[in-house]
Amino acid sequence: MNMKDKKPSPWKSLRTGLIVLLALLIYAYGFEITNIDLAELRSEQRQASLTRVTRALAQPDILEFEKEEQKYTAPVHVTCPAGGVSFDQPDTSGPYVVVTPSCAEPGETVTVEGFNFLPNASGPVRFVPGSDPTYLVELGNVVASTDSNGYFKTELVLPNRPSDEVQFIRATMRQSVGLPRFTETARITWEKIVETVFLALLATTLGTLLAIPLSFIAARNLMKPVRSPLASIALSLLGWPIGIVVGYLFVDRIGQISASIDGALPNLASVIAAPVISWFAFRWAMPQEEIAAPSMSLRLGRLLVLFIGMVVGLFWLFQLAELAIAVGQGIKDALGPAGFLATFLFQLGDILRVITPAVGALVSGGVLGSLLGRIGQRATEKGSEASVKIINLITSAAAGAVLFGLLGQLVEWLYQIDKPAYTLWAPILFGASLGLLLAMFTKAKDTLPIGLVIYTFTRTILNTLRSVEAVIMAIVFVIAVGIGPFAGVMALGLHTIVSLAKLYSEQVESISPGPLEAVQATGANRLQTIIYAVIPQIVPSYISYTMYRWDINVRMSTIIGIVGGGGIGFVLIQNINLSNYRAASAQMVAIAIVVSMMDYLSSVVREKYV
Amino acid sequence: MLQVKNLTKIYDGGVKALDNVSFDVPKGQFLAVIGLSGSGKSTLLRCINRLIDPTAGQIFWDGDEITAASPEEMRRVRRKIGMVFQHFNLVHRSRVLTNVLAGRLGYVNPAWSLLNRFPKEDMAKAIKQLERVGIADKAGQRADELSGGQQQRVGIARALMQDPNMILADEPVASLDPVLAHSIMKHLEEINKQDGVTVLCSLHYLDLVHRYADRVIALNQGQLVFEGLPNEIDDRKFKDIYGRDAERVG
Repeated sequence: MNMKDKKPSPWKSLRTGLIVLLALLIYAYGFEITNIDLAELRSEQRQASLTRVTRALAQPDILEFEKEEQKYTAPVHVTCPAGGVSFDQPDTSGPYVVVTPSCAEPGETVTVEGFNFLPNASGPVRFVPGSDPTYLVELGNVVASTDSNGYFKTELVLPNRPSDEVQFIRATMRQSVGLPRFTETARITWEKIVETVFLALLATTLGTLLAIPLSFIAARNLMKPVRSPLASIALSLLGWPIGIVVGYLFVDRIGQISASIDGALPNLASVIAAPVISWFAFRWAMPQEEIAAPSMSLRLGRLLVLFIGMVVGLFWLFQLAELAIAVGQGIKDALGPAGFLATFLFQLGDILRVITPAVGALVSGGVLGSLLGRIGQRATEKGSEASVKIINLITSAAAGAVLFGLLGQLVEWLYQIDKPAYTLWAPILFGASLGLLLAMFTKAKDTLPIGLVIYTFTRTILNTLRSVEAVIMAIVFVIAVGIGPFAGVMALGLHTIVSLAKLYSEQVESISPGPLEAVQATGANRLQTIIYAVIPQIVPSYISYTMYRWDINVRMSTIIGIVGGGGIGFVLIQNINLSNYRAASAQMVAIAIVVSMMDYLSSVVREKYV
Repeated sequence: MLQVKNLTKIYDGGVKALDNVSFDVPKGQFLAVIGLSGSGKSTLLRCINRLIDPTAGQIFWDGDEITAASPEEMRRVRRKIGMVFQHFNLVHRSRVLTNVLAGRLGYVNPAWSLLNRFPKEDMAKAIKQLERVGIADKAGQRADELSGGQQQRVGIARALMQDPNMILADEPVASLDPVLAHSIMKHLEEINKQDGVTVLCSLHYLDLVHRYADRVIALNQGQLVFEGLPNEIDDRKFKDIYGRDAERVG
């Protein structure tokens, strides 16, 4: 540091002064905006309610006793009548209440004494307006407790209810009997906290399963070396949508055929037979090891058998779903209290039936995409420079047209513009010319960094979705699937996918490259490299992050109920809105216990595996 | 027969790691590659099995051009070339047996790898290779529980699983003490002499070169500066390879 810089200068002092002044202004404005007002805190009304709420919160509504209750009243005159007061002597054989003096002006204090009540009981002593001693309304908040002889004495300020008729003061003494038991609130809290934990469990499981494959696509070190020639990329881009559409229609058709098979026996038979056929088909078509390259006819034969194996396998999935649904429905009543197992089976069958066409469509898209991609790769390798250039021009224009045409249709669906010139033909033309341009400016046999493009695309989507809070996602899912824990599972699950995929992919990026190189050098392909060199290296951190995420999900699921996503948050916010603070307190205690238990559990697991 | 013709590699940053390198390796030869750190030895070895794609030049192996192979053909080429690394490059958290079996991945159908399954014959073969390098009793242990010398034996067993015609050894003994270095080099020598496997081995110590190599090539700043028999390296040649200020230590 130069000495010259340290010289005091009036400009510098002025600048410091201005900065301080500016900071002051900012904070002053901040106070104004956020309504900081301690007078409000000091006001008596606020303090009284604060005390009330805090006390309620300190007494969570978890345990209660069977109560024995005694209610007795004593007459009182508010404003003494002209003719004086004359009451009958109370019956002193049982509990009774005495008020002295027996008449007074509103606002004056009277002494209330009780005799022969239950020992060590307590309860409110309040003024009952009107002339009916059984009237339910009571005024005041004096609480008295009896001593071991069943006697209490307390003072009460008479309310401003002057009347010519006799009015009453009622003492309600309650004594706990027997052992404590759980309240209704505790029962509901237990039910909901279990729901919460399972909500978090399902969301975490779903999220983890889908985040793992995503994390490989979002890892720079794995994606950067992925390069393909243009024809291969374009053909595979064409193959995906065609494969998805054809695959969906085809698998749906298999589903219909499967549904048309009625009866338990054929169903059972196909569930047993189909996997056997499928297994042998796969065994034959995919030899474990192959020394020499197979001939073309053998390859085609294998492809055919693989296809048959796939069809039989899909048919099996549908039949399995049917069986699970039928069995689930059939044994539900027989199982009695374990009926949830039958429901589980039924739901699993239903899920299988719904996702099989979707998975089939995706798989078929992937297969067709990679098959066409491979054809493009081969064509680029074997073809001459000029012919490859022509193939590039055609395929890349077609791929651009299809891609932008589909995007245009998405825009059409979202905004209902209803002008095909803008949402169909223009995008197709634009995409085609973009493809042509790309093909013209790339050297025919050059490879393009498609891996980096996919990586960037995936990362962008992950980052965008991650910035949307799970609670907001829950609002969307509540609209989609209705109020309840299912919406919560979907929202938390989606949020888990995107945030875990990012955390996981950062782990993949930090693995040591040595084993990767070694496994690649043996001739392993990309999938094998991931399985044998990447996964073993990332298992500990994946476990650690998954536990951490479950931890977060348990906490998140406690508040996701506030927007209707199921779990304990739903009853918590209800009780807070109803000013039922003792019940709310019970739910908060439950949340605290579960969250801290999760914390402990996850730290134990992490210590063990990491 | 391996032929390297006018091989040049320029990295993205503009560093010229290999500069027009040409040489031949007859089948069954033990070739040592020497040179200072950063002279391009590792790049050269990695260009041969295309872990690194060369910028220019050609590599032929038994008449096939490796540098023009498609990804599918490359799989068939790589599985016949075993590789041994300075830092062993084992998957630490996997068992020794799994690490050895990984040498078979170029043969195994990827769909079966998805299920983490190897054929029974491969399992027996893996045990046999471990026996050959003398650590069959460690098969069930985690790779990082082994000492450095043992880890390098696992690395050799992994390369042997490939039934290789050639082994590329990238400074296989640089992280080991001299006694262990000799035992590892003896394994490589045995594979070279008994199985007739061509070995390309980059080395730091000249005494190892004299003891094990049939022939030597030397690199300096990416250029081939010497090619000949080990005992042809006299003091003048030594200065050419390692620079004016270098002194012989062994």
